[in-house]
Amino acid sequence: MAEEKLLDFAREITGRLGGETITNCYQCGTCASTCPVARTTERYNPRQILRLALLGQRDEILKGDAIWLCASCYNCQERCPQKVEIADVIYALRNIAIQEGNTPAIYTDFATALISEGRLAPISKFLEKKRAEYGLPAIKPTGLEALKKILAATGFDKIVFKKEGATK
Amino acid sequence: MTSYALFLGCTIPARQPHYELAARKALTKLGIQLVDLDGMTCCAPPPIQSIDLETSLAVAAYNICLAEEADLNIVTLCTGCFESLTIANRLLKEKPKLREKINKVLSNAGKEFKGTKEVKHYLQVLMGDVGVDRLKQNVVKPLKNLKVAAFSGCHLLRPSEILRFDDPERPRIFDTLIEALGAKSIPYKNKLRCCGGLLRGYADDVALAIARDKIVNAYNAGADCISTLCPFCFLTLDLGQTLIKATYKEEYNLPIIHYAELLSLSLGVEPKELALDFHKVKIDKVLEKIR
Ligand code: SF4
Ligand code: SF4
Repeated sequence: MAEEKLLDFAREITGRLGGETITNCYQCGTCASTCPVARTTERYNPRQILRLALLGQRDEILKGDAIWLCASCYNCQERCPQKVEIADVIYALRNIAIQEGNTPAIYTDFATALISEGRLAPISKFLEKKRAEYGLPAIKPTGLEALKKILAATGFDKIVFKKEGATK
Repeated sequence: MTSYALFLGCTIPARQPHYELAARKALTKLGIQLVDLDGMTCCAPPPIQSIDLETSLAVAAYNICLAEEADLNIVTLCTGCFESLTIANRLLKEKPKLREKINKVLSNAGKEFKGTKEVKHYLQVLMGDVGVDRLKQNVVKPLKNLKVAAFSGCHLLRPSEILRFDDPERPRIFDTLIEALGAKSIPYKNKLRCCGGLLRGYADDVALAIARDKIVNAYNAGADCISTLCPFCFLTLDLGQTLIKATYKEEYNLPIIHYAELLSLSLGVEPKELALDFHKVKIDKVLEKIR
């Protein structure tokens, strides 16, 4: 049964966009030794995330803090001898965590900005005025109508705003 | 004249007019026409990829569709935009099943990704359309004596299998373009390592520690400035020094300058024509040196 549970989570990850390569990992530790975050804080170790995931530790991974500490620098992915797409696997894990309502506050902010403005950083009145002074063209409006249809089709807002055990 | 759809992304127009201004001036001077298209949105970078990879591909592809309709290739100034648009462009061109899936999403917005266009970072335009020789010929004010710590940001180089920009372990393009302006691109410790920018907002302490490392390494190598290609790296390292001062009680005053600004200056654009007051760490020392 334990075996089954283990395979379940691995299968769930490999079945997702980005997660396909996780089972190639043979735990050599190259990723951790090249990772700038692992060098900076003990809270983070990519090799360990992969091991826990492959051991079926679903809750620990999805409800914990570690998967949010990847800086997406792709250093590890570049050097993994097994061609595990580590940064992408971490995206896949984040995608699952968010689907289950474990969404760090900052990601709710990103999503809200995307949905309401079509951009992650709003343009202030001050900046608009400055732009004109410098002779920069006025900002073109974002394609918000089209974007909303795309986000509705992927279920984006439903994914993000499902709240359960939200972390931090 | 070579024309491109200019993809500005979110951060540059909202926070960094100095980058946009310098890039527009320099590229136009070099004979590149920049077209501002209607209806572009966020490129759906790592923060959105973290929420839902499929959505991020669809949003990136939507933007590429706009360029396809206008029959233009895309040029980006932000390495983050370069990465997310290039990943979508490559994956959808090369994986028919994924493309079908994303096109189904796009059809709701009346779009179809056809895979007819290219996404380039502006350094590729400088290398490919302008060329190093012609660039050198256009330099009227060589940046002599200037020691530059080149920092390309992660997403220009990696994942290299998809981005195919330069050798991910020994990149040369950015250094070549710095030296083409008459400056010296100096080696420094952990040059290719991340600035930690994407951790801002989730783990500010970790992000700042990583940024500090970058500043310290460039500073210790005797750099006059760090040159960046990405608004996010710029923010992390420029504003970062204010935070480092508050948190670590250390002051480096190391100017962070977008390559586009160095390029503009070397092409003869006057400092007062650039929006240099948007730099938190003032760049006077650098201007002094290249006068
Ligand atoms: S480098 Fe690759 S194989 Fe080695 S531990 Fe990391 S993911 Fe696993
Ligand atoms: S992508 Fe994430 S796990 Fe890999 S080296 Fe960078 S920060 Fe570490």
